[in-house]
Amino acid sequence: MTNTKTDRRDFLKGALVGTSVAVTSTMSPTSVAASTQTNNSNTSSENQAYLFLNTSEQDFIETVINHMIPADDLSPKGTDIGIHYFIDRALAGSWGKGDRLYMSGPWKKGLPTQGYQLPLTPSDLYRVSIDQSNKYCVEKYGVNVKKLSSIQLEEFLLNLKDGKINFPEGPPSKVFFTILYENIMEGMFSDPIYGGNKNKVGWKLIGFPGAIATHALDVEKYFDKKYTAPMFGISDLS
Amino acid sequence: MSTKLKEVDVVIVGLGWTGGILAKELSETGLSIVALERGDMKTTQDDYSLPNIRDELRYVVRQELMQNASRDTLSARNNPTQEALPVRRLGSFLPGEGVGGSAIHWSGGTWRWTDMEFKIRTMYEDRYGKKFIPADMTIQDWGITYAELEPYYDKFEKVAGVSGKAGNINGTIQVGGNPFEGARKNEYPLPPLKTILSAKVFEDVSRNKGYHPFPRPSANASQAYTNPDGSHFGACQYCGYCQRFGCEANAKGGPQITVIPIAMTKPNFELRTHTWVTKINKDSNGKKVTGVTYTNLKTGEEFEQPAALVLMCAFAFNNVHLMLLSKIGIPYDPATGKGVIGKNYAYDTGVGANLFFEDRHFNPFINAGGTNTVIDDFHGNWDFDRTQAGFVGGYIVSAGHNTNLPIGYRPVPSGTPMWGSKWKSETAKWYQTAMSISTRSGVLPHRHNYYDLDPTYKNAFGQPLMRLTFDYQENEFKLDSHGANVVNQMVQALNPTKSSKATAVKRSWNIVPYQSTHSTGGTIMGTNPTNSAVNKYQQSWDCPNLFILGASVFVHNSAYQPTGLVGALAYWTADAIKNKYLKNPGKLLV
Repeated sequence: MTNTKTDRRDFLKGALVGTSVAVTSTMSPTSVAASTQTNNSNTSSENQAYLFLNTSEQDFIETVINHMIPADDLSPKGTDIGIHYFIDRALAGSWGKGDRLYMSGPWKKGLPTQGYQLPLTPSDLYRVSIDQSNKYCVEKYGVNVKKLSSIQLEEFLLNLKDGKINFPEGPPSKVFFTILYENIMEGMFSDPIYGGNKNKVGWKLIGFPGAIATHALDVEKYFDKKYTAPMFGISDLS
Repeated sequence: MSTKLKEVDVVIVGLGWTGGILAKELSETGLSIVALERGDMKTTQDDYSLPNIRDELRYVVRQELMQNASRDTLSARNNPTQEALPVRRLGSFLPGEGVGGSAIHWSGGTWRWTDMEFKIRTMYEDRYGKKFIPADMTIQDWGITYAELEPYYDKFEKVAGVSGKAGNINGTIQVGGNPFEGARKNEYPLPPLKTILSAKVFEDVSRNKGYHPFPRPSANASQAYTNPDGSHFGACQYCGYCQRFGCEANAKGGPQITVIPIAMTKPNFELRTHTWVTKINKDSNGKKVTGVTYTNLKTGEEFEQPAALVLMCAFAFNNVHLMLLSKIGIPYDPATGKGVIGKNYAYDTGVGANLFFEDRHFNPFINAGGTNTVIDDFHGNWDFDRTQAGFVGGYIVSAGHNTNLPIGYRPVPSGTPMWGSKWKSETAKWYQTAMSISTRSGVLPHRHNYYDLDPTYKNAFGQPLMRLTFDYQENEFKLDSHGANVVNQMVQALNPTKSSKATAVKRSWNIVPYQSTHSTGGTIMGTNPTNSAVNKYQQSWDCPNLFILGASVFVHNSAYQPTGLVGALAYWTADAIKNKYLKNPGKLLV
């Protein structure tokens, strides 16, 4: 099987970087599909555990994502899609530590049009904001985020979204919500190699086909028609 | 402190489209050339190949191919009364980094700007009177003409592999093309890309309204192609991962698959990657440049590279930054309107509407960078009377999907909750059944939209960040208002299941959401040294052995995307250097 996978990868590389157009007719999406079906289950056996979030932060993230992405007839709940692991890995990795973020002072509040102006890396922002969120909820509801009722949690999240919650020790709660929400959507819709979108649940929800090699013949084939060919993640094609 | 290297004939700062074109053209003269590129060298085979190039998180969200803001960024504010703060994370614009520059990740839109841009002040004053142009709108004629540039547009279109349909060949209007374009000598080198459903819907409604739809000319090869230099292109695969991505099919025109590999075969051309130019050096009287100082990013060592001719080919605002840091030319002062370096920053504006058709299948993941259909009836069409609308310039209107990947693109009707089961069902329902129609205008320059050096913030080299002061003005609001009306009439005619309304809003520029990487101006072109930084050959008025190439020389921005003009001007300048400047080096070209 290893040989088959290597051969296919080399084929894809060689074919598409080259100068020939013939490639489009020799490699239909369905023929690639047939040869990769057997590998689709590989990702589910992967070991997963937290790298960065502490136990109380894990509780917060799991509670929030399972509220925002509940189990219903369209998808399993957020933790069954791996969104908590996606966020944890993002925070543990270079992005969470401030990669590509200009981090020199002085630090000013700035205007909304001037964007992110906090002296916090994304992982620091999560750490202080989850702590502040729990303190806020204990004060307002008598319990931390994990123990809120569904109605209370909905209210808390809507207030967080609208910037109506004041974290007395900073940072602005809306800044935290924006990044948290973006990360949850990333965990729902990014390639499964990052730990979220498990079993391509997010892509199946909307019918996004993923890491397709070519759609050259699909413009006509699926013109105003429902797309039905199989979907692929990067690991299916690696 | 810095090690002085042996002098070369030419040093090129930045190796994207402009640097690549100049490298290729000048390498044929036998001159010794060194190109300095701050990023690395990536190749299609190693870096843009399947399956890893199909990664929205890595390339779109985490911006892998873009300038790294942690090392150098800009500070920004909306007007001179505000305090500028650093753009800590790139958002509104995304300049690329590395060999190939932003051409690695562009969509390929390639337009010919005409005399409506180059003679903007004369033409508007003649037709509408002097008072029609707002007092603070700092537009001026460029000093170059469409007729001069026509052969160079043609050359660039052929080199970049542009797919399109001519609308005007030698004055004869062509069916299916843009009837408002400048007269061309030749058809596009490649036929148009295939028409996807959203583009077709737009084409039909535009034609019914009496407009003139045509496929957007784009450097996405609609079929396998070998350009006049012998560079090979594969055919576009309509993969849906174009903007922000390198192209595994070599179907997207870029210098890294065309001019740069040719230059690199020449023994007199040397590329040094991972080199960060911190300064252009001048002689003691400031009348010529003597070379550049740079840091080798692999070792941290500083070098001085002397050169007889210096070509500034970095991304538009990085060219301006180096001019300000090197103290070449007089910095622009918005209070007096005097000075030129930093003057006339311009950008894009536009409005749009979402249309939701519950019975249609747009398949928003099947498209190319250029699968848009466009109308130019309110921009290139000089017969469109601007008297009532009251704006200078114009807008194009277009529709078609391009790189609509699911982290960033999940259209839902307004009022949809942001999470929960209802969010899920609406997201599932509309992802494949939505399209949008939008306008695009160039921002016109204003006396308070400019660059200078930030007084507080520094980059990784201890140099001041460049400060950008920019906001939208009344002219943009008028463009957006008129465009919104046209879009909304189309939406009404199409009668979708649901829709949003295009709405012009008086708003301030926000650095956060991506808008466009079409930042223009700062070292503008003009007819004399008091109104411009460079002459029509992109040659510095102050130091004639310095040329500044790219969109920083644009006097204003247009509804057309910039790269067609950037490429044509690069070939025009290469020709001027080869055939005129080198016969009499160090002199201003006339």
